[in-house]
Amino acid sequence: MNKQEARAVMTDVMEKFLGLACKRLPDDVYAKLKECREKETSEMQKVIYDTYFDNLEKAIELNRPCCQDTGLLHFYINCGSEFPYMGIVEEALREATSKATFSSPLRQNTVNWFEERNTGDNTGERMPWLHWEIIPDNSDLEICTYFAGGGCCLPGCAKVFKPSDGYAAIVKYVFDAVSDLGINACPPLIVGVGLGHNMENAAVLSKMAYLRPLGTHHHHPKGEKLEKDLLEGLNKLGIGAQGLPGNQVAMEVHVESSARHTATIAVGVNVACYAHRRGFITFHDDMSYDFSKSYKGVEL
Amino acid sequence: MKKVLTTPIKAEDLEDIHIGDIVYLTGTLVTGRDDVHRRVVHEGMTSPYDFNGGAIFHAGPIVHEEPGNNTLISVGPTSSIRMEQDEEDFIRMTGVKMLVGKGGMGPKTTAACEKYKAIHCVFVGGCAVSAAVHVEKIEDCFWRELGMPECEWVFKVNEFGPLIVSIDTHGGNLFVENKAKYQARKEECEAPIIESVKDYLVIE
Ligand code: SF4
Repeated sequence: MNKQEARAVMTDVMEKFLGLACKRLPDDVYAKLKECREKETSEMQKVIYDTYFDNLEKAIELNRPCCQDTGLLHFYINCGSEFPYMGIVEEALREATSKATFSSPLRQNTVNWFEERNTGDNTGERMPWLHWEIIPDNSDLEICTYFAGGGCCLPGCAKVFKPSDGYAAIVKYVFDAVSDLGINACPPLIVGVGLGHNMENAAVLSKMAYLRPLGTHHHHPKGEKLEKDLLEGLNKLGIGAQGLPGNQVAMEVHVESSARHTATIAVGVNVACYAHRRGFITFHDDMSYDFSKSYKGVEL
Repeated sequence: MKKVLTTPIKAEDLEDIHIGDIVYLTGTLVTGRDDVHRRVVHEGMTSPYDFNGGAIFHAGPIVHEEPGNNTLISVGPTSSIRMEQDEEDFIRMTGVKMLVGKGGMGPKTTAACEKYKAIHCVFVGGCAVSAAVHVEKIEDCFWRELGMPECEWVFKVNEFGPLIVSIDTHGGNLFVENKAKYQARKEECEAPIIESVKDYLVIE
């Protein structure tokens, strides 16, 4: 397959994949949301979860985006060093975003700075947003798509602390973010916590944290324990779905880290809402593809 | 038992309703957000739809427009707090009895709801498809020149909801009360975790 053909295939597949991913939650998130529903006891919480599930079913039945805010498009890419079509990926994703805006349809949310005019097709300066990681000796391209809605972007924050603030600073910072603006981001949330040495590396890690498949843990036992403890602690605040009284403000807490400078403790917090529209799709070197990691038994 | 309010709503209908209750709405629900409030409150214009005893929906829908046959694709509530500045006057001037939106509203609206007997309710956020299918039909449209999200869309609804009462006619404000409760609990929930990480700066 030549590059032009590969580009046409990827554009077409990604346009359709975006159409799928804005209407249906990935299997792991859907299953987790069901678990959360079981842990809520009040009538108000039950009514909210009934509405969530009614909405998710109707979205599939009527083929409409499950939330009106389809956000801005993010693509987190793991690209094998031997994948033959690296050069066409960015163009293909841009074109797929533009086309999906009309075919899905997605809400037109994208505005360029200073021009302040809606671009009309959800592309713009550095938008869709691409993040690349290179995987050595691998010939696949894995793309994680994410619809970043306004409400769930608002609570995001990052800060650099002094070592004397200790690990306690991380705990307090996460609790503040979730209990303040997080409650308006349509809980139950997936809380991404990034631990690094400066502001932007902690922020990027917090994003990678909430994109991680559910059921995975931080590689260090203390990191895994912190994820578990934060989840338990946050869920004792008495906050439930929609930020109203309940037992589950968070579906999951994920921590990702990179080594830190001896002199700094940097924390990023990013939250994803109940409508966690995050989908994985993998292209092989012959451009065949597979998205069963996120959506089993579904076709484009 | 399902508590259903029917438009036109009277002050007596709201007496037994308290924050945290779940209600449904039958009759007419009309969209109106920033621009509708501005026209009524600041530009001295009279709303073509008479809100007396009615319900206003802080929402901007997506409507598939065809002459004589408008269909609602999606409608999600917008943050009601943006209307806080003008809502008191709007309630006084129009006689509207029910406000539907997202998130809480502030002290001015809380006071107005008590004085003029009105309530504010929230529809579950991020559920635009559910909301749209609970609208039976679009009966009318006014002030279309304000644009699709800002104009007045007149919806015929049947048991539209669930609507969670966030401000009642007795001075109660659900979101303000909840936020205080969550903040009060925070330290207690953080404490054991902080305790467990206190030695984490020590070399393993
Ligand atoms: S927070 Fe998520 S579910 Fe809620 S309105 Fe925004 S995008 Fe939709």
